[in-house]
Amino acid sequence: MADISFMLLIFFLVATTMDTDKGLFRMLPPYQDPTEQQEDIKVLDKNLFVVLVNKDDKLMVEKKPMNSRDLRKACKEFLLNMNNDSEDKRYPGYTEENIPGIGTVKVTKAIVSIQNDRATSYDKYIEVQNEIIAAYNEVKDIYAKKYFKKPFNDLKENQQDIIKQIIPQKISEAEPKNIGGK
Amino acid sequence: MAQFRSKEKKTPPAISTQSLPDIIFMLIFFFMVSTTMRESTLLVKKPHLPKATEFTKLEKKSLVSNIYIAAPTLQLQKIYGTQPVIQLNESIEDCSKIVQFVELEKESMPANDRSKMTVSLKVDSKAKMGIVTDVKMELRKANALKISYSVVPKN
Repeated sequence: MADISFMLLIFFLVATTMDTDKGLFRMLPPYQDPTEQQEDIKVLDKNLFVVLVNKDDKLMVEKKPMNSRDLRKACKEFLLNMNNDSEDKRYPGYTEENIPGIGTVKVTKAIVSIQNDRATSYDKYIEVQNEIIAAYNEVKDIYAKKYFKKPFNDLKENQQDIIKQIIPQKISEAEPKNIGGK
Repeated sequence: MAQFRSKEKKTPPAISTQSLPDIIFMLIFFFMVSTTMRESTLLVKKPHLPKATEFTKLEKKSLVSNIYIAAPTLQLQKIYGTQPVIQLNESIEDCSKIVQFVELEKESMPANDRSKMTVSLKVDSKAKMGIVTDVKMELRKANALKISYSVVPKN
């Protein structure tokens, strides 16, 4: 009895892989035929948070070189500050929206735009993605604590949806440039 | 002295092995439940996944398809070179096969869950974005828009 169960045990020990798959989720935009005429969506320059990554894995954020350690802070600052003053180019504009359960709140128009080179390393790309998602998550946490007095992850699903309306996660990825070769 | 020695020779009673099968069975059940069979043999080197903190766990395993991008194994490097390649299922394929691959994967899923299909990209952290972008473009063409960049947790 014990021998047979030992054999089975050893079989399952060998066959087991316990890795659960973890990953950064992302929705891709639907495919558009390049031959079809497309209407360009105009976005005001001040609403864009532009992150460029070149072939040497160097970052340029809002026209200034930046270390990737500072990216999260810069992105968070951009998402939390807003004004509709067209003179101020630093922070994005907002729309006032009436959200049931909370009332009228300012919703930022911010869009994070990431553009990389074809020779950018995947490692750096994921690091940049991770920092930006982290910035969004921190902002969601701030709003969750402000309106519901709880961290975002402890909220109920409908409360999470409300927070997501206040801070919509808009990340745009441009087609990469091919400067650094293949 | 002799008295002491005779006392030391008294061996403790042997541990009862009656409950051994029970313990082994418990272990078996644990491993049976937690086992996932390796679904495909890797033709590329095991990808060295990038580290990240903001990950989510992939839930329904049956709705997840894997695409590996990494350098081929040493034996296959004579044929495919040392640059990262794409592995779909059991073979190393060209980028253009991805549309076909996604359709086959979708067919094997229950019809009402096909929209929830997720493609997990297991890309080596040393790979360049060029090949990843090509794969993403093909996935958009195949209308498999839910993707997940596979990562390992950073502590």
